[in-house]
Amino acid sequence: MTSVVGTFAEALVDFVEYYFGWLLNLLGRVLDVPLDLLGNVLYDTEPLILIVAIAAISLLVTRRMITTAVITAAFAIIHWMGYWNSAMITLNMVIVSAAVAIVIAVPLGIWAARSEFANPVIKTLMDFMQTMPAFVYLIPAVIFFGLGVVPGVVATVIFAMPPVVRLTNLGIRQVPVEMDEVAESFGSTEFQKLTKVQLPTAMPSIMAGINQCIMLSLSMVVIAAMIGGGGLGQDIVFALNRVDVALGFEAGLAVVLIAIALDRLTQALRDGGNGSELRT
Amino acid sequence: MKSLDDEFHGIMTAGLGSLRSKVTKPFRNALESIQASEGDRARMEAVFDEAENPLDEDGDEIAIRVRGLSKIYGKHPGRAMELLAEGHTKEEVQNLTGNNVGLYDVSFDVKKGEIFVLMGLSGSGKSTLERCLNRLIEPTEGQIVVEGVDLTHMDDDLLREVRRRKISMVFQSFGLLPHRDIKNNVAYGLELQGIREEERLRIAQETIDLVGLTGYEDSYPEELSGGMKQRVGLARALATDPDILFMDEAFSALDPLIRNEMQDELQKLHSRLGRTIIFVTHDLDEALKLGDHIALIKDGEIAQIGTPEEILRNPADDYVSSFVRGVDSTKVLTAELFMKKVTDKVRISQGPRTALKILRSSRRSSLFVVDHDDRLIGMVKQERLIRAVNAEGSLMDAVITDVPTVAADSLMKDVIQIMVTTDFPIPVVDGNGILLGIVDPSVAAEAYSEGEAIR
Ligand SMILES: Nc1ncnc2c1ncn2[C@@H]1O[C@H](COP(=O)(O)OP(=O)(O)OP(=O)(O)O)[C@@H](O)[C@H]1O
Ligand SMILES: [Mg+2]
Repeated sequence: MTSVVGTFAEALVDFVEYYFGWLLNLLGRVLDVPLDLLGNVLYDTEPLILIVAIAAISLLVTRRMITTAVITAAFAIIHWMGYWNSAMITLNMVIVSAAVAIVIAVPLGIWAARSEFANPVIKTLMDFMQTMPAFVYLIPAVIFFGLGVVPGVVATVIFAMPPVVRLTNLGIRQVPVEMDEVAESFGSTEFQKLTKVQLPTAMPSIMAGINQCIMLSLSMVVIAAMIGGGGLGQDIVFALNRVDVALGFEAGLAVVLIAIALDRLTQALRDGGNGSELRT
Repeated sequence: MKSLDDEFHGIMTAGLGSLRSKVTKPFRNALESIQASEGDRARMEAVFDEAENPLDEDGDEIAIRVRGLSKIYGKHPGRAMELLAEGHTKEEVQNLTGNNVGLYDVSFDVKKGEIFVLMGLSGSGKSTLERCLNRLIEPTEGQIVVEGVDLTHMDDDLLREVRRRKISMVFQSFGLLPHRDIKNNVAYGLELQGIREEERLRIAQETIDLVGLTGYEDSYPEELSGGMKQRVGLARALATDPDILFMDEAFSALDPLIRNEMQDELQKLHSRLGRTIIFVTHDLDEALKLGDHIALIKDGEIAQIGTPEEILRNPADDYVSSFVRGVDSTKVLTAELFMKKVTDKVRISQGPRTALKILRSSRRSSLFVVDHDDRLIGMVKQERLIRAVNAEGSLMDAVITDVPTVAADSLMKDVIQIMVTTDFPIPVVDGNGILLGIVDPSVAAEAYSEGEAIR
């Protein structure tokens, strides 16, 4: 039924599985570390204590009372509806996936911005990654990592990475030439130019990318329930199978509430990126 | 509710910001001192200490000497240079090779401590030239010697030190870092020098005071007007205590009033601090006002170099005269040029009778009175002299001491302004009050017609 293209993709996956299985195995174990660490905190802490902690964190990050109230309320409602455990599993995956995606994507974006050779390659790769339907990532992920949380995280990282790469690249490229001249004429090294001029100037753009990355992570983590990711996604899949409107709506609402909370939090980072947060 | 929230936000932001900066300070300081590279600095200073400043024919020190400087933008600069050497024009070279000629065979000397203006139409190569001087743009050919040191073959580490300590730049659209407050913008160059935070903020504060921005240390660039932003740009450039300042159309983005103010300010700072300044502009009035020497650039080549007066009086070619056409020369020409020797003066010790005699024989209505060091005391007129003679008084009784004077470098436009309120020649005095000469009302017309002649 498939053409040679599909056969090639399959062969490639087999090839990777056969020769780099050990590497993928290692990668899975590495990803397990932050998942376990953060998971221990999220799963084992009293929900009420966690909600207070979340309130404190959002107060520190957003430095706004109204936004803090909104974020706190979102988690309180999730708890009240009885989706706390699922929500924490989802949150765990989102935070780890987004963090890994950002750690990989920002340097990639910087590289793309500073190298005319790397730029088209990375750009094409990102186009490919972003337009490929999200579900497709699940297939090799399952082959490489089996069922569970780790393949979900890997698929999410790939899916959520492109906007950060793109907007980091764009942000740095949009730094006015005169700014580069300022850096150079005052005797910056390349590293100083990057850290003192380009990155801070590009920060609003990078933060916008990070915000998008987190939102994409959330949507992908829900989809990853199909390969055993668990969490709210699993509730939704379950509701879908049983055509349970009430369960489906509540679990869906919980996802929306997490989305709102995460959006407000990273929005604050982005606004801060325009000045206050990164100002010295 | 909203405003309360905003206030809360402000307080939290400030508090967290200062907390964070305290926590990260040791790390930042450590990182910066690693990057400061004292070795390169010592090497750079040794190189400059060893070098001897070239002198020009007047024996003045030369800060920057440029010889045969060319810049070709494009892939085949060698071919383009050959064609240019064969006498092809910029356009021909561009058509033949697809390369853009930025500069071709430019040579000049900049004296230490002067303001040297690069002027020309848009696209003539002013910015290219200035950026070649600190190798922000790598020249294709030619030599740049700064304080006796050849920059053209300098390695990157040394060149970086030169940029950190010897030369700094002011930019047309200011180039302030939006995420830094004013004091940290001004301290930027010092930070790159590896100076510790307390010290560099102290120097930044001094420089901020110097450019008249006291009180704005904690503001952000977006909160300042254009003129204030450029003061910050100037302060940032001055903070590193450079010997040489590059200013690329530094005042072009400002409106005329502020621009004038900034020009005056720059002149004041320049006479106080005495740095060598290379000032790029496309505005002749600005060039004439600021420049000790002006280089007119046309299509990447120098059309003429000279003092403002030389350029106004003897434009080298049509390009230059098309530039100076329409200039009000009284804005440029100084009193010195129109000054005449004082033939009719009297010493205070000579007494009223002698004064009256001199006055009558001079066929003037007034006479200047000086002391025996030739210092101007005032002026006498016939009427009061006669009264003094009749009353057997001294010459001093007849002297009007309240006489307007001008300096040798006063602009004619100012002199003429004084002239229209008086009916006697304007005395020109030096800093010690010594009478150098007079500017006669008749020359007002001459000054104007001089402008006409240039036109
Ligand atoms: N990076 C570049 N690549 C190719 N050509 C360039 C480049 N930069 C400048 N040029 C060309 O070199 C010439 C001189 O440009 P330059 O910017 O030095 O002029 P300018 O006198 O500073 O003009 P303006 O008053 O507009 O700033 C122009 O013809 C310009 O098109
Ligand atoms: Mg220019």
